[in-house]
Amino acid sequence: MALTPHSRLPRLLHPAAWWVWGVGLAVAASRTTNPFLLLLVVAVAAWVVLERREAGTTNALAAFLVVGLVAIGLRVVMVSLLGGGVTGRVVLVRLPEVPLPDWTSGVRIGGPVTLEGLLFAVYQGMQLAAILACLGAVNALASPRRLLRYVPATLYEIGTAVVVALTFAPQLVEDAQRVRMARRLRGHSPRNPAEVGRIAIPVLVGALERSLDLAASMESRGYGRAVHRTARSIRLAGLLTLVGVGGVVVGLYGLLDGTSPLVLGLPTLLLGVTCAAAALLVGARRDPRTHYRRDHWALPEWLVAASGTVPALVMILAGARHWDGVVPRQVPAELPAVPLLLVAAIAVAATAAVLAPVPPLLARSRATARTPSEPSRELVRR
Amino acid sequence: MIEFDGVSFSYDDRGRSSDGHLVLSGADFVLDEGELTLVVGPTGSGKSTLLRCINGLVPHFSGGTLHGRVVVDGRDTRTHRPRDLADVVGVVLQDPVSSFVTDTVEEELAYGMEALGVDAVAMRRRVEETLDLLGLADVRSRPLRSLSGGQQQRVAIGAVLASGPRILVLDEPTSALDPVAAEDVLASLHRLVHDLGLTVVVAEHRLERVIHHADRILLIDEGRVSPLLDPAEAMVTSPIHPPVIALGRHLGWSPLPLSVRDARRRARDLRATLPDRAPAPPPSAPTGEVVCAVDRLVVRRGGEPVLRGVDLDIHDGDVVAVMGRNGAGKSTLLATLVGQLVPMSGSVRLGPPADSIDPARARPAEIVVRAGMVPQDPATILYADSVAEECRAADRDFHLPTGTARAVLDRIAPGIDDVQHPRELSEGQRLSLALSLILASEPRLVLLDEPTRGLDYQAKRRLVELLRELAAAGHGIVLATHDVELAAEVATRVVVLAEGEVVADGPAAGVLAGSPAFAPQVAKILHPLHLLTVEEVVACTGAAS
Repeated sequence: MALTPHSRLPRLLHPAAWWVWGVGLAVAASRTTNPFLLLLVVAVAAWVVLERREAGTTNALAAFLVVGLVAIGLRVVMVSLLGGGVTGRVVLVRLPEVPLPDWTSGVRIGGPVTLEGLLFAVYQGMQLAAILACLGAVNALASPRRLLRYVPATLYEIGTAVVVALTFAPQLVEDAQRVRMARRLRGHSPRNPAEVGRIAIPVLVGALERSLDLAASMESRGYGRAVHRTARSIRLAGLLTLVGVGGVVVGLYGLLDGTSPLVLGLPTLLLGVTCAAAALLVGARRDPRTHYRRDHWALPEWLVAASGTVPALVMILAGARHWDGVVPRQVPAELPAVPLLLVAAIAVAATAAVLAPVPPLLARSRATARTPSEPSRELVRR
Repeated sequence: MIEFDGVSFSYDDRGRSSDGHLVLSGADFVLDEGELTLVVGPTGSGKSTLLRCINGLVPHFSGGTLHGRVVVDGRDTRTHRPRDLADVVGVVLQDPVSSFVTDTVEEELAYGMEALGVDAVAMRRRVEETLDLLGLADVRSRPLRSLSGGQQQRVAIGAVLASGPRILVLDEPTSALDPVAAEDVLASLHRLVHDLGLTVVVAEHRLERVIHHADRILLIDEGRVSPLLDPAEAMVTSPIHPPVIALGRHLGWSPLPLSVRDARRRARDLRATLPDRAPAPPPSAPTGEVVCAVDRLVVRRGGEPVLRGVDLDIHDGDVVAVMGRNGAGKSTLLATLVGQLVPMSGSVRLGPPADSIDPARARPAEIVVRAGMVPQDPATILYADSVAEECRAADRDFHLPTGTARAVLDRIAPGIDDVQHPRELSEGQRLSLALSLILASEPRLVLLDEPTRGLDYQAKRRLVELLRELAAAGHGIVLATHDVELAAEVATRVVVLAEGEVVADGPAAGVLAGSPAFAPQVAKILHPLHLLTVEEVVACTGAAS
C-alpha cells in the first residue's frame, strides 16, 4: 500500500475510486444551496476532468452541464409561473393570475413574481446542476463500462441491459448527427425545428438495430454462460438483491435529501450495501469468469476516494449543525456568506487532480506536446 | 466439425417467409477441420442467415423456425445457446463497430476470455499474442472509436480469435477495407487455417479478394444452398465470379485459374500476342466545363488535419475515382464538397465558374442542384415508410413535378414495389433508390461514397452502366471507393490520396495499371500492358479474330 514508483506511473485509476470521489462531491453539493459553494463544486469537477481525463475518450461533462443549465431554466420558469418555494416581499413583476377554486389552496397560476422566489429557484436549480456536473465528471473520468466489469455474473441480465443502454445513448447522438447531416443532401436546412420529428424515427430504428447487434455479439462471445446454480441459491440471491437494492435506494435518498432525518439515510444505506454485497457473494461463489488486468487499488486510489469523501462528511456535519452559509437565508434576499471552512472542505476534492496518476495516453500526448520537433505519429482518425 | 443436416429456416411457423419462400433451404453438408469455406451468393440470398446458424444465433436470437439439425463439434445448436458454443465458435458480425462491448483495444480482446473463464496468466499472454498476430500492438490502449475502419475490423477478428475457438465465422470481413488492409486480414486468416488448423467460414462479395484462399465453396441463391463444391469447378458455372474467372472463361482456359499468379502463367502467350494491339491510354485532356474547383483545401477533423492542401478540378463528363487507404481523407473530401464540413483554409467552388457557390456558406437547397451525394450508408437519406412516399418527398424537396423521382428509379432499378419499406429492400435496391432520389434534381456533379459496399456483381454491373450513361449525359462524377475493379471499369481519372495529400492524379489506365496495391486483376495478369478490364481484353482479342 506504499507510494511505490509503480503506483505513480501513468495508468488509469481504479474506476471505483473515481466513483467514490464523484458521489462524495455530489453528496456535498446536495447538502447546500449556497451558490458560491455550488459554483466551487462545479469548478473543482471541471478542473479534475481537465487534468485527468484520458485522451480520446468522450467528455460527458459538457453534456451534463448543458442539462444542468436547462434544469436551472426550467426551475425558474416553473417558480415564476406556479409560485411555490418561498413567499418574498420584493415583487419584480406581476403576471396575470388565473383564478382557481378555493380547494386548490397553495397552488396558483401567474401572480406576483418575487426576487426571493426567483433566487430560491435559481439556488435549487444550481444544486441540481452541480450534482449533475459531478456525475458528468465521473462519467468522463471513468467510463461506466469499466466499472461494469466488476458487476458479478449473478446480475447477468442487468449487466447486458446496462451495457446496451450505455452504448445506446452515445450511438443515438452519433446517428442523429449523421442523419441530420444527410438531410442536407436532400436540400433541407438542418436548423429547421420541424426536422427533429422527421429524423427521430430513422435514428431510433438505426440505434435499436445496432443495440441488437451488440447484444448478439455479447451472447456469441459467451457473456453470462454457465452460471450453474441451485434453485435455493437463486432464491436467496434474489431476495438479498431485492432488499439490498431497496436499501441502497432509500439510503441514498435519505442522504441526498437534506430534509429527511439522518437516521433514515446512513444506516439504511449501510444495510442495503451489506445485503447487496451478500447477494453478490452468494452468486459470485460460482462465477466462472476471470479478470484481465484487474485495476490495482493502491495508495492513489485511497487518496482520491478520501479527497471526495471529506467534502461530503464536512457538508453533512455542517448541514446537521446548521452552520452559517450552508443554506443561505432567502427572506429577505441577501448576499450569502462564504464560510472558509466549507470552501476548504470542497477544495480538498480538487487535490484528486494531483493525487491521481496521469492516464497513459494523456501522458504520452503531453510528452509529445513538450517536444514539438518530433511530430506525433498517433494520428487519431475519424 | 460443422454438420448441417437438412437445414431449412423461415421466420414464421408455416415455414414460408412473407414473400413466399424459405430464407434458407436444403443446407446439407459437413465441413471438415482445417478448411476455409467461402459462402458465395447475391445480396439478400441468405448468406448471413447461414453463418448465424453455425453458432445458434439463428434461431436462438433471431426467432423463426429451424428445421433439420446443426451440430458443431458434437454439440447440437438445438440444445446449446450461442453462449454455450462461445468456446468453439467465434463469430465476427458484419459491422465491427456495433459489436464492440468495451472501450479500448486490449479490453475488447480480453472480453471473450473473461467470459469463458480463461486463467488470468494465460489470458495476458494470449492478448499479447493476438496483438502481434493482427498487428495491433501500436494501438493497444487506444479507444476503439478512434481507430480506422481497417483497424476496427482487425480488432473484431482478434477479439473472437483470442478466446481460442476452433471455428471462425466471418461475415464480409473486408467490405470496409482498402485493398492492402483486406489482403492483410485475409493473409492472417490463411495463416490461421494452415498453421493452426482452424476451420474458417467466410461470406464475401468481393470474390477477387478471397477466392484463391478458399478450399471449398457453398453457392447460395434465394436461400437454396448448394452442396460443397471445389472452387475451380464452382466457378465454371457460378453467375457470380471475379474478373480473373471471367477472363479465364472467355479464353476457354481449363482448369480455371483462381489466382492472379496462376492466370499470369497461363497468359504468357496472350501477353506476347497482345502488345501490338493494346490501345494507347485514352487522352484525358478535359473537355467539359469545370463543375467543381478545389484549391489548396485544408480540412481538420477532431483537431487533426485530414486534408492537407488538396487541389482538384472536376469537369463535365469526368468520372473521378478517389482512392487511398482507410482514413486517407476520401470521405472527408466528399463531405467538404457538399458543405457538410467547413474547410480551415483553401476554397471549394461548386458549379460552373459563371454561377459557382461556396458550399460551406450556401443553403442546402442551393447545393443540391449543383452537387448531389449518396452517403456511405444510403439508408441515412431515407426516412419514409414506403418507396412511393420516399419518391414523393424527393419531388417536394427539390420542387419537381410529381413522379420525377419514381421515373428515375424505374430506369435505374425497374420493378421495385411502391409499398415496400426502404429498410426491406436489398442493399443494391436501397442504393438505387437513394441514387435516384439524388439524381432526380439532375445535379451537375454526382458524388458517391463507397457505392459498391455490399453489392453483388450484377448490381455492380447495373451501377457501372448507369454511371457511364450519366457521364455521357454530361454529369461530373466522383466516386470514393476501395473497389479497384469498379474504378477500372468506370473511372476516366483516378486520384490517389495519402495522409490527406494527392499523391497521384491521372488517367485511370496509367494510375491503376502502374500501382501494385490498386491494380485490378486483369492489369496484374497482363502487366505491362495497359489493359484494365475483361471487356477491354475481349475488344482486343475480338478485333484480332
